[in-house]
Amino acid sequence: MSAQDSSSGVPHLPGMEVRPVERNVYEVQIGPAHPGSGHMRIIVELDGDVMVRVDPDIGFVHRTMEKLAEGRDWIKNIPLFERMAILDACNITLPYVEAVEKLLDIEPPERAKYLRTLLCEINRIASHLYGMGIFGVFLGHSTLYMWAFGDREVFVQLAEDLTGARLTHSYPVFGGVRRDMPDDFPENARKAVRYMRNRLNEYAKIFLNNPNIRKRLEGVGVISKTRAAELGIAGPNARASGIKYDVRLVEPYEAYPELDFEIPVFEEGDSLARAWMRVEEIRQSLNIIEQAVDWLEKHPREGFMHDKFWKAAPKLYKDVYEGNIPYAGKYRVKLMPLFATLKVPAGKAAARVEAGRGEMFYYVESDGKDVPYRVRVVSPSFRNVIAFKYVMPGHRLMDLPTIYGSFDYFPPEWDR
Amino acid sequence: MVTAEELQKSILEALKDYKPQVEPSKGYIDVVVPVEHLVDAARKLKDMGFDHVISVGAVDYLTKKQLKIMYHLTSYLNEDLSRFMVSLSTYVSRDNPHCPSLTPVWLSAEFHEREEYEMFGITFDGHPDLRLLLLTPVVAALKPLRKDFIVKEESDNIEADYEGFKATKWW
Repeated sequence: MSAQDSSSGVPHLPGMEVRPVERNVYEVQIGPAHPGSGHMRIIVELDGDVMVRVDPDIGFVHRTMEKLAEGRDWIKNIPLFERMAILDACNITLPYVEAVEKLLDIEPPERAKYLRTLLCEINRIASHLYGMGIFGVFLGHSTLYMWAFGDREVFVQLAEDLTGARLTHSYPVFGGVRRDMPDDFPENARKAVRYMRNRLNEYAKIFLNNPNIRKRLEGVGVISKTRAAELGIAGPNARASGIKYDVRLVEPYEAYPELDFEIPVFEEGDSLARAWMRVEEIRQSLNIIEQAVDWLEKHPREGFMHDKFWKAAPKLYKDVYEGNIPYAGKYRVKLMPLFATLKVPAGKAAARVEAGRGEMFYYVESDGKDVPYRVRVVSPSFRNVIAFKYVMPGHRLMDLPTIYGSFDYFPPEWDR
Repeated sequence: MVTAEELQKSILEALKDYKPQVEPSKGYIDVVVPVEHLVDAARKLKDMGFDHVISVGAVDYLTKKQLKIMYHLTSYLNEDLSRFMVSLSTYVSRDNPHCPSLTPVWLSAEFHEREEYEMFGITFDGHPDLRLLLLTPVVAALKPLRKDFIVKEESDNIEADYEGFKATKWW
C-alpha cells in the first residue's frame, strides 16, 4: 500500500492500487459523483454489509490556494481564501486578516471588532443551518432540508444588509472592516433573532426528537473523549464528545472577551449529540448577535477602520462615509488606497479562530515583499476527514450517510 | 494560569537534551530542534500534555537550500496548555528530504503529512500509509509548493480562431 509498492516508482492514486482482498470482502466506491457524497469519494471494503476498511479519497475540488496565495497581493488573498467556504466567509478569512495584523503590529478599533464578531455569528448560524439541511437530505428527511435552507435565507439576508453581498462578503480587511452597519440593521437583526428562537423549538420537535431519526442517530459513530483528542477532531464534533475546547473560549479574539455566552458540551459523542450541538450553538450565537447589536447601537459610529489607513483616505471617501453625497449611500467606502501598495514587515505569524465547522488555522510568513512568502491553511473539515477512516469501520453501510452527515462535511473547505 | 514566557521556559527545560532553539514568531512559540532529535522531542511534548496536531506545514527556503517542517501543537485535554500554540520545527536538506514521521506519536498528523509529502516531496519515514492525498501522480511529481515551481500567469487576451468558424465549412 505504500508508495514503494508501485512498480514504476510513481505512487498510485487512492483506489487504483492493486492489493489483495480477503475472501468475502468486496469493495464499494461511493462517489465522487454520487449525490450523497459531494465531490469526494469514499472507498469502502465490506464484509456482508459491515464496513471493514474505509479510505476517504479527497482532492476532487482542490484549487491549490496555498500556491496561488504566494503570487497575489496581500489584500487580494482575502477574496481568494473565502472561496473555501463561501457560506462561512467571515470566519474563514478572519484568521488570515488577524495574522497579517500581527505582522503589521496594528490592532483594529473596538467598533470594528464588534462588527466582525457580529458577522462571524451570522455566518456561523447560516453555516450550521446549511449543515443541518444537508444532514436532513442524507437521512431522507426532506422537511428539515426545506426548513433549514428557508431559515438560512433570513441570515443570508442579514449578512447582505450588513456587507452588501449575500455570500462572499470580504468584510474583514486589515485594520478594520469594509463598511459600517446601516441604520435599520439593529431592528432587522432583533426580528431575525426572535424568529429563529421560535424555529429552533420546532426543529427539535420535527427532527431531533423524532423517533425515526433518533433510532438512526443514537449510538451511531460514537467517539470517546480521548479518541477525539487523539484524532484531533475539530469544532462542534469535538465538543459533542465532551471536549471543552473552543477558540472563542481558550484564546478569545475580537469582541468575544466582553460578550456573555456559553459553550455547549455534550458527553455522548454520537451522531445525535453532534446534531444537537448545532442547534445549541445557534441558540448561543443568537445571544451574541443581540449583545453585539446592542453595543453597536449604543456607541457612536467612529473607528470602523484603523487610523493608519483612514487618515490616508481621500476626502471623497470621508464624504461618502458621512452621507454628504446623496446618491452614494452611507457608511460605506471603497478599499483603502494604502492596501494597493501594502508591504508587510518580514516575520512569521499564526492565528486561529472558531469557524462554523471548527478551528480555522493560518500560518503566514512574510519576507517584506508585497506578496506572502508562504501561507499554510488548515480548515476544520480537513481535520475531521480523518474521523471517517477511524470511526466508520465496524458500522453497517447504511450508517455511512449518518456519520458522514453528522460531521457537517464540506469538501471545498478541506480540499482548499 | 501560566504565561507564554513561563511555558516557553518549561518547554526549553524539558527539551534541554535536544539542543532546542527558539525563533522569533507572533501568535505561537516556535521551537526548532535538529532532525535527529525530532521524535524524542515530540514524545517529551506529548508527555507534557500536547495531545494533537493543528497543522503540519513546510516552508521552502530556496537560497538556504533547506525545508522547514513545522508541527503546530496544542492541547484538548489540558486547559492550561490549550491557550497556546507551540510549533515543533526542524530543518531538512532540500534535495531528497527525509524526516521521521510523527504520526506514531500524534495520529492526527497522518493526513497532514500525506499532504506535505505530495506538495514538497518530503518522505516521512515510518508513516503507516504514505500515499498521495489531493494531487494526481503527474502533478505531485512537480512538487508544486516548492519555490522553484512557478505558476504561469494566464493572459487576458483571448485569441479566438475565427477562421475556423467559416460557415461554408459546416454545410
